Amino acid sequence: MRILLDKFSKSFGAVKVIEDMTLEVRDGEMLALLGPSGCGKSTTLFAICGIHRVTGGRILFGDRDVSNVPSQQRNVGVVFQSYALYPHMTVAQNIGFPLQVKGQSTAEIRRQVDGIAELVHIEELMSRRPAELSGGQQQRVALARALIRKPDVLLLDEPLANLDAKLRLEMRSEIRRLQLETGITAILVTHDQVEAMSMCDRIAIMDAGEIIQIATPTEMYHNPRTQFVAGFLGNPPIAFLHGTASEGAFELTKSDLKIPLQRSLPGKISRLTLGIRPEDFGPSGDIVIPGKVAFVETQGRENLYDVRLPDGSVLRSIQPVRSDVSVGQEVRWAADSSKVMVFAEDGTRL
Amino acid sequence: MAAQVQLSSNFRIWPVVVALAIVSAPLVLMYAYLFVDTVTDSAAGSLIPNELTLRHWDFLWQTRSGKPSIWLVALNTLVFATSTTLIVLAVSSTAGYVLSRLNVPGRGFFLAGVMVLHAFPSVTLIIAIFLVLQMVGLYNSLVGVILVKAALDMPLGIWLMKGFYDTVPWEIEMAGITDGASRFTVWRRLVLPQVMPALAALGLFAFLSGWSEYILPQVLAPASSVQVLSVYLAGLIADDNNFDLNLFKAVGVFYIIPVLILFVFFQRHLMNIYGGGSKG
Repeated sequence: MRILLDKFSKSFGAVKVIEDMTLEVRDGEMLALLGPSGCGKSTTLFAICGIHRVTGGRILFGDRDVSNVPSQQRNVGVVFQSYALYPHMTVAQNIGFPLQVKGQSTAEIRRQVDGIAELVHIEELMSRRPAELSGGQQQRVALARALIRKPDVLLLDEPLANLDAKLRLEMRSEIRRLQLETGITAILVTHDQVEAMSMCDRIAIMDAGEIIQIATPTEMYHNPRTQFVAGFLGNPPIAFLHGTASEGAFELTKSDLKIPLQRSLPGKISRLTLGIRPEDFGPSGDIVIPGKVAFVETQGRENLYDVRLPDGSVLRSIQPVRSDVSVGQEVRWAADSSKVMVFAEDGTRL
Repeated sequence: MAAQVQLSSNFRIWPVVVALAIVSAPLVLMYAYLFVDTVTDSAAGSLIPNELTLRHWDFLWQTRSGKPSIWLVALNTLVFATSTTLIVLAVSSTAGYVLSRLNVPGRGFFLAGVMVLHAFPSVTLIIAIFLVLQMVGLYNSLVGVILVKAALDMPLGIWLMKGFYDTVPWEIEMAGITDGASRFTVWRRLVLPQVMPALAALGLFAFLSGWSEYILPQVLAPASSVQVLSVYLAGLIADDNNFDLNLFKAVGVFYIIPVLILFVFFQRHLMNIYGGGSKG
C-alpha cells in the first residue's frame, strides 16, 4: 500500500522536531529513512504507526487518511529495536497475540502462526520463551509477529542494531527476502548507511528534521545533493578538501596545490570544498595530488591509505594490497577529475 | 589438584559460628521457651520442663466465659487480613500503573501525595477515624476496620507498584498497541504479568501486616463478635483476675503458625521484591 506523508509536522511542546515533511513510499517498496541520531527518523516512524500524534499535516495509507486513527486500527506491523517480545509468552503466543486480540478462533490462529513461522524459519522454536532465544531468533519472531496481521506497512526501527556483525549480515538479506516475498510496503529506520544501501529500493536521507534527498542507493552514492549526503554514504567515507576558487581552479588552503575544475562556477563563489571518494584516488587519474602516507589500514583484500597533504588535510585511498607503499613514504597519486565532487560553502553540490 | 578449584574461605569458620551463636542465643531461647511453656507447667523462673500437658491448649476446644470462640476470632483475623490484602492489591496494581504510565491530570500532585501519605504516621489519625466510623455507623464492624487498614496500607503499595511498572519497557506497550490491543488489554495481558512477582510479594506483605495489626482493630472494632487474634491476645493479659501466662503463650503460638506456613511457601517471592521484579 502506498504511504504518503503530506506536510507532516511533529513537535514535542515547543520543540519542533519535524516541519512540513512530505514523503511518498510507493506500493511494495522498501524505503530507508537514513540519518544521524536525533534527526527525527524515529519520530517519523512512530507517527506513521500512531504512537505519536501528528502536530500538523496528514498521513495517508492508500487513500485513507489515518492522521487521527488510533494505532490499534491502523494495521501496521512494527519491529522495534529491542524486539519488544512479550517475555511471559511462548513464541507461538507472541506471534498469535495480534490475532488473538482480534478475537479469531484458536484453530485459525494456529494455522496462521504455523504458516508465518514457516516463512521466517522458526518452526522448531514455537514453544520456547523469548529469553531462551538468540538475538537472531528473537528478530525472526518479532518479524513474524509484525507480519501476521498482513499489515498495510511494515515499520522497522533499527532492526539490526542489537545483533552482532555476522548475524547482521544474515538478517539483512533475510528481512529483504521476507519483504520481497510478501510484497509488503516497508520503511526501515537506520543510521547505518550500509544497511540502507543494501536492503532498500530507495533511501530518504534526513538531517535535523528535514529530508535532504530521496534516491536509489546507487544514484545517491554517485550523485549526492549535498556535502552532508556525500559524507554520510560510503565506507570508508569520502574525504573533503577545503580551499578557495581562483581562475577556474581549486586552490588548497595554505599550499600551492591547484586542482583545475571541470565546470565553470556560477558567480562569485570564493570558498569551496572538494570531495574525493577513496576508490577515486589512486595510482591512475588526471589530477596529481602529492602527499605523504600517514597511515595504512589493512582490510584483507584491500588496504586503506591515509595520505596527508601539505595543508594537513587527509585524503583516503583504497587499493588492492600492495607492498611497495609504507607509512612515511611520499606518493604522487591522482584523482579522476570527472569523479571529484565540488561543494559550495553552504554544502550544496555545484 | 581438583580440590583447589573449590572456593576456600579466607577465614576460620568456628569463630564466626561462636559469635553468631552468642548473639542469637537469647532469640532462640525465647522462641524455644515460648513453645515449651505451652506444653508444660513449670514454675516461674525454672528452666527445666516438668511435665507434658495439653491443658494450655484447651482454648481450642472450649470457649472461656466472657470470651469469643478462638475459631471465630481466627476467622475474623483471616477475613480481615485477606480483605485488606485484596483491596490493597486491586488498588495498587491499577493506581500504580496509572501513576507510572498514563498522562493523567494532577499526576505530579498524586505522586507527591502518595509519598506524603506513606510517610505519615497513621496513629495520629486514629481519633478522627474513630469519630468518622461512628458517624457512618461502621464502628465495631469488620468492614469499617478493613477499609481503614486497606486505606492506610495503600500508599506504600501504590508507590511500590509504580516503581515496578517503571521498570517494564515502554516498547512492550508500544508493541501491544500496534498489535491492535486496547490500553486495558495491554495492561492486563502484557504489563501485569511482568510485575507478578512484585504483586505476589506486596500481597504477602499486606496479608502479614493485616494478620499482625493490633491498634486499629483494638480501637475501632473491640466487640467480641468482631475481635481479631491480636485483640484477643491482648485481652488475655489485660484480664487481671484470670492471669494465665501459659495460655497467653499458647494463643501466641497459635497466632504465629499461619505466618510461619506462609513464609515457608512464599519465601522466594519475598526475596524477589528487592531483586527488581521482571527479568529483561
